[in-house]
Amino acid sequence: MATKVFMEALSPTMEEGRIAKWNKKEGDVVKSGESLAEVETDKAIMELVARGDGVLRKILVGEGESKPVGSLVGVIAAADENIDALVAAAGGQQAAAPAASEPAKSAPTAPPPAPQPAAPQPAAAQPAAAQPAARSPQPAAAGPVRSSPLARRMAREKGVELSGIAGSGPNGRIIRRDVEGAMASGSQQPAARSLPSREGDFQDVALTQIRKTIAKRLSESIGPIPTFYLTSEFDLSRVTEMRGAMAEMGDEFKVSVNDIILKATATALSQHPEVNAHWLGDKIRYHNRVHLGMAVATNDGLIVPVVFDADQKTMREISAEAKSLAKKARERKLQPAEYTGSTFSVSNLGMFGIDQFTAIINPPEVGILAIGAAEDKVEVVNGEFVVKKKLRVTMSCDHRAVDGAVGAEFLRTLRRMIENPLMLVF
Amino acid sequence: MPVITYRDALNAALREEMHRDDRVFIMGEEVAVYQGAYKVSKGLLQEFGEMRVVDTPITELGFAGVGVGAAMVGLRPVIEFMTWNFAVLALDQIINAASKMLYMSGGQYNIPMVFRGPNGAALQLSAQHSQAFESWLAHMPGVKVVTPGTPYDAKGLLKSAIRDDNPVLFLEGEMLYNTKGEVPDEEYLIPIGKADLKREGDACSIITNGKMALVAMNAADQLAKDGIHVDVVDLRTVRPMDVEAIRASVEKTNRAVVLEEGWELAGIGAQVVDYVQRDCFDSLDAPVIRVHQADVPMPYAKNLERAAKPDVAKTIAAVRKVMYLD
Repeated sequence: MATKVFMEALSPTMEEGRIAKWNKKEGDVVKSGESLAEVETDKAIMELVARGDGVLRKILVGEGESKPVGSLVGVIAAADENIDALVAAAGGQQAAAPAASEPAKSAPTAPPPAPQPAAPQPAAAQPAAAQPAARSPQPAAAGPVRSSPLARRMAREKGVELSGIAGSGPNGRIIRRDVEGAMASGSQQPAARSLPSREGDFQDVALTQIRKTIAKRLSESIGPIPTFYLTSEFDLSRVTEMRGAMAEMGDEFKVSVNDIILKATATALSQHPEVNAHWLGDKIRYHNRVHLGMAVATNDGLIVPVVFDADQKTMREISAEAKSLAKKARERKLQPAEYTGSTFSVSNLGMFGIDQFTAIINPPEVGILAIGAAEDKVEVVNGEFVVKKKLRVTMSCDHRAVDGAVGAEFLRTLRRMIENPLMLVF
Repeated sequence: MPVITYRDALNAALREEMHRDDRVFIMGEEVAVYQGAYKVSKGLLQEFGEMRVVDTPITELGFAGVGVGAAMVGLRPVIEFMTWNFAVLALDQIINAASKMLYMSGGQYNIPMVFRGPNGAALQLSAQHSQAFESWLAHMPGVKVVTPGTPYDAKGLLKSAIRDDNPVLFLEGEMLYNTKGEVPDEEYLIPIGKADLKREGDACSIITNGKMALVAMNAADQLAKDGIHVDVVDLRTVRPMDVEAIRASVEKTNRAVVLEEGWELAGIGAQVVDYVQRDCFDSLDAPVIRVHQADVPMPYAKNLERAAKPDVAKTIAAVRKVMYLD
């Protein structure tokens, strides 16, 4: 039986894709799971894989052509199977949704199965104790969380958030042993620092009446995200000193101003969950984990890869990760899991010589920082002119969730950290 | 405790009940002079005489109907079918007379009788003589359907069936007659409608009935060698079904395999799964799996017959699958 090859939704937001390159040609034998083509999505270049065994009998879309998600782009069939009807039908309804007669094979909504660590099998009698659960980044956007009814009940009763648990059942289903594993590893983890409670990944707080009114009134005024901007100028003297001192210790200790800003922002966010939040329409989700998005300009446009759990990472880890993510972004190698799930974002145009700018909030986040260029400025200190390195930072805030004073307090914390970078190791 | 065969346990139940109550009599093909096709009625003709142990011609519909009439006027007949495959000929009396009489007479006539005989497949008896009928019979209200798997259960349940004031369809197993088990000398009764937990574990529940109870216990013993301890819930009675026992086990183990001798569609297992999904939904950690006969008439060829029947290996595979081990 023939297997239709559809343009699949290879990123959560993809509406159409361009065939960058066919890895197989007509007549090639293909196996289920093998790469058929490279597809350029709105964000990255992804592989389109075969969903059935057979011969790639027909390629319907040439390299460089774009097609909407769900379009037929090829046909896999037995070498002698008659596929004329399929090919003829494709001519007329290229843009149509995948034929209903093949629901299982088309499944255009699911991203291809990401390579994931093999689920540990429980020893015959004893379920495996440690599951790589709570800390592994599992962006919420990757589709519905599959779980057994029992796992859902346990999570409900124990107050565990299923979205933070990796499932070891079929299709990644979360089952009892996963919830138990997550609870066990959670209890074994010493509270690393006295942050606000870190049970679960976030807390949902229903909107109060005043919040609802603020949201409604301000959206009417400037909508749909009523944004306001707070600008602050930070003194970089000590950051400059620190970078200089570290650079003297050797290349491995070199960090950029941007790395320090990312680290400081993540640390400040962990102290201000009120801005590390998502606006969800009927509630605000305050995240207990800090997943920091960093806007990266590429030749094709803007993309925001994520440093997961940035507040838990050292400067060196953040620096390395930021570098690697930026490189991947420019090479268009980012996987969807690497650019979804951020809780707050930072955009830096300092390297383009921009003094100051306002960034646009990446919904459902409620804030974003716009970093300008570090510049020498003259300041009057004790009646004398002094030259100091200054940095202008502008925070865009979603007024439905964040009021001016709340944003200002976050910026004050960030200023203290950047002007006294020793606080970052405190 | 004495160890006796399933056959002798049934024989003892008949003898004890015939002594206790002179309204009880046996009727069927070869039950008297030949001492029973499977020797279940052995010695009863000599002990109770030909008025109470009655040979019939090969007329299933006829003697089933005579039994219904006898029950209506106050006797307590035990009708033996040489196998339930032959009882198909008597279904009009079972379905339209015995099971409906109390209802359609407005409560005037109850039918205190037992239809009994071997059910299900033996070895190489082919398509017409290898059928498991419990799901057919349990489908209708107005009867009780009992399927004992061990000598102990067979004796205690047959005595209860004979004392029951309603028609009881008593399904034995051809392959079970020679199996042995402990049966106490002193009298005991097993209530109809109560399941028995034949093995205890926490990894998975095997829910079964009749002859498959032996298969389930065998599978449980082998699984235990791998450290997998399962509950074996032997329903014993499939109508009425012991829903509480099913619920208690699945709530403990969170996983279930339903094992039955018959075919899949509309089988006993389908009903069990329905109870499980309704009553135990929030306790399930995995979908329930069923083990049953292949959806074909029973083949005669030995290898094909083996392939078609539910067995220990298929049950173990199902348990491992439901536990996500394979």
